[in-house]
Amino acid sequence: MAEYAIEMLGITKVFPGIIANDDITLTLKRGEIHALLGENGAGKSTLMSVLFGLYQPEKGIIKKDGVEVKINDPNDANNLGIGMVHQHFKLVECFSVLDNIIMGAEPADKLGFLHKAEARKKITELSEKYGLHVDLDAKIEDITVGMQQRTEILKMLYRDNEILIFDEPTAVLTPQEIEELMIIMKNLASEGKSILFISHKLNEIMEVSNRCTILRKGKYIGTVNTDETTVEKLSAMMVGRDVNFHVEKDNKEAGEPILEVEGLSVASKTSKKMVVNNVSFKVRAGEIVCIAGIDGNGQTELVYGITGLEPIKSGTIKLNGEDISKYPVRKRSIAGMAHIPEDRHKHGLVLDYPLDYNMVLQNYYKPEFTNKAGFLKKKNIRAYSEKLIEEFDVRSGQGPSTIARSMSGGNQQKAIAAREMNRDEADLLVAVQPTRGLDIGAIEFIHKKLIAERDEGKAVLLVSLELDEVMDVPDRILVMYEGEIVGEFDPKNVTQEELGLYMSGAKRDEVKS
Amino acid sequence: MKKVLKSDGFQSLIASLICVILGLFIGYIVLLIINPEGAFEAILAIIKNFLFYPSGPARMKYFGATLVKTAPLVMCSLSILFAYKVGLFNIGVAGQYCAGIGASIYCALALNLPWYFCLLAAVVAGGILGTASGMLKAYCNVNEVISGIMLNWICLYTVNGVLKNVKEPSSPYTYNIANKNTKALLPNLGLDKLFGNNKYVTIAIPLAIVVAIVVMIILDKTKIGYELKATGLNKNAAKYAGIKEKKNIIISLAISGGVAGAGAAFYYLTGVEQWMCTSSAVPNMGFNGIASAFLGALNPIGTLISSFFIQHITNGGGYVDKTVYCSQISDLISSIIIYLCGFVLFFKTIMKKAGGAKK
Repeated sequence: MAEYAIEMLGITKVFPGIIANDDITLTLKRGEIHALLGENGAGKSTLMSVLFGLYQPEKGIIKKDGVEVKINDPNDANNLGIGMVHQHFKLVECFSVLDNIIMGAEPADKLGFLHKAEARKKITELSEKYGLHVDLDAKIEDITVGMQQRTEILKMLYRDNEILIFDEPTAVLTPQEIEELMIIMKNLASEGKSILFISHKLNEIMEVSNRCTILRKGKYIGTVNTDETTVEKLSAMMVGRDVNFHVEKDNKEAGEPILEVEGLSVASKTSKKMVVNNVSFKVRAGEIVCIAGIDGNGQTELVYGITGLEPIKSGTIKLNGEDISKYPVRKRSIAGMAHIPEDRHKHGLVLDYPLDYNMVLQNYYKPEFTNKAGFLKKKNIRAYSEKLIEEFDVRSGQGPSTIARSMSGGNQQKAIAAREMNRDEADLLVAVQPTRGLDIGAIEFIHKKLIAERDEGKAVLLVSLELDEVMDVPDRILVMYEGEIVGEFDPKNVTQEELGLYMSGAKRDEVKS
Repeated sequence: MKKVLKSDGFQSLIASLICVILGLFIGYIVLLIINPEGAFEAILAIIKNFLFYPSGPARMKYFGATLVKTAPLVMCSLSILFAYKVGLFNIGVAGQYCAGIGASIYCALALNLPWYFCLLAAVVAGGILGTASGMLKAYCNVNEVISGIMLNWICLYTVNGVLKNVKEPSSPYTYNIANKNTKALLPNLGLDKLFGNNKYVTIAIPLAIVVAIVVMIILDKTKIGYELKATGLNKNAAKYAGIKEKKNIIISLAISGGVAGAGAAFYYLTGVEQWMCTSSAVPNMGFNGIASAFLGALNPIGTLISSFFIQHITNGGGYVDKTVYCSQISDLISSIIIYLCGFVLFFKTIMKKAGGAKK
């Protein structure tokens, strides 16, 4: 048998205005965990889409077990034993775990009757073999994200896939779940499965992978054995320069309170429970306050309440001393609130608008961009967005005319950050997971910008799920658990372990802000 | 050159042309099946329409007749298009058109008002109906397709009832406006002279073109257009940006309805047709507007061309030899072609895919 399970040789894929993959070679040994590392827009997803049959490359060949193959669509990929866990899971929410796993490969007989018992037996064996614990009869909507991911993995295993692609699998997981996933991946590899692991989290790559291939701006940079390299070397290869891991910031004396939240409660949409329960805190000028916590503890709803996307149940929100609790979104924005939303596709962008239209989404109505007769000043809009694109290094195929949908996730995020950080009238920036899905270079950039905002005297409310970010960026940390603030910390005087205890509800203080 | 080939506009044009050719082809096959003898002459007659006549003035006259029917269709397809850009499928256009008929004819015959008031009444009537759908959608989350269809029926029977007051005693038709209140007829401004003294050629035709241009400008160049399209493309992002999406849904359906209502006035205030007070279905004009909007690739200028084409072949159907084919043949062939027009987006998607794979 050939040494390599998969060989992608000299792959070139061109999109209008951009060479997404330029002569890239990737080889995957049997039973290895191979990391694919690169910044956003480096071409990782394109390369994997080529392997999965979603795109046809202009040049290059793909070999499976040393034999050249043609992968025209995902069905071909499946038949070759290539499976993929997408970053956003492809599961049917109201189906059970079992139904989701067998979906598309249902164990039916000639008459069309399902034989679920057989499937159940096979899946149970698989889950025991690899330590993938799931409740087969639970509905997807009721289980945790980690369990949903295990369902996706079981889906691949149930189809007897040999080559498993994981697209940024840790982005949505809690620290504990990440650890479990690492063990599962190692188990899979030791059983002979070959794993391609897309990530830009260097620590995970160092921990779990055997080799690592690095892409930069669509080009192949190199493949290294992970035990012969360091985090610093990897990041330099990825970004093309040395990266400063530690966020540098001076101490700054906080000024007057900008945002004052008092007794804020937000009701759940589905039940009578309060998802945000009597929360009070202040954010002062020149201060970054971070709301930390595990996903789903009311952070999203808290932000919706503050920004006006959803009505609040009770409490007051003051911005610069002005009670904005009852204001609609636009009025809050005019009162001085900028908002980098959590979900860039849902709220942050009109994906089918060009980039320049998206850049003025919050201020298109201002005299700068709309004349008195109600006509858009397109030249100004273009010039303004060109300035932002330049300043924030937003990469896209056709500059301001690029349709936002065609841009990579990281560049979409940069565009939103550029828009929100450039609003002069804003005194408060609400930034919800502003670095979600970004690579190290971009994260460093966004962090610097956040601190620059602070240094200009703006108040920044940061909501983050990433512990590194929580520890490095803010001046003050508030931990949220089940809709309440359960602890307040100075990042200099607290450890990640300590925060973890508060985040998981094991400890709590009475917090008065 | 490559850029042109890949451009969205060019692909839309090609997709529309494919639909047209395919529609004519299938129409021809149907004619062949019914009676192979006269099929070729018949399809030729449909394509030729007014060119059927040898003399210049006669050709112009019947060209004018096609244009008279094109104006309301343009308005109906603009109505569809406008709502569609905001993410709404205004199937209520047929009812709004019907409301426009009722209002304009009633104002002309019962109230003896001049044409501009009749036109205004038609716009308001269509607009009110659109607003009703819009409010149901915005505040009660009733799908605009459902409310639109129901309002179509409500409107039809209301118009039948109201127009019974101005109907001829001996027939189900309303009085001819030309005989009762000439003030209510749309002015010709000499256009009738251009079209072989076709007295039904009025300012409705240039007005429809003007409305198409205005719609294009509103959608492409103005703040309101920016907001409406943003709402249509991503309601959540619009909300995030502080755009009042509920207001926009109502406004766009109100405008959409008003445009459809105006379309009715553009047709019935020429006096070319009278309303039959026993009608049991809303006029097809509104539904044809859907086909025309898509055939015109949801572009206001495109709808001018597609609307003309649809009326061209519909009128052309009238010249098919009735001794060979039954009298419904023209409706049959034009409906086949219009049906095929609905496939524009389908062909466009296929071309996009093919283009993407090659590139």
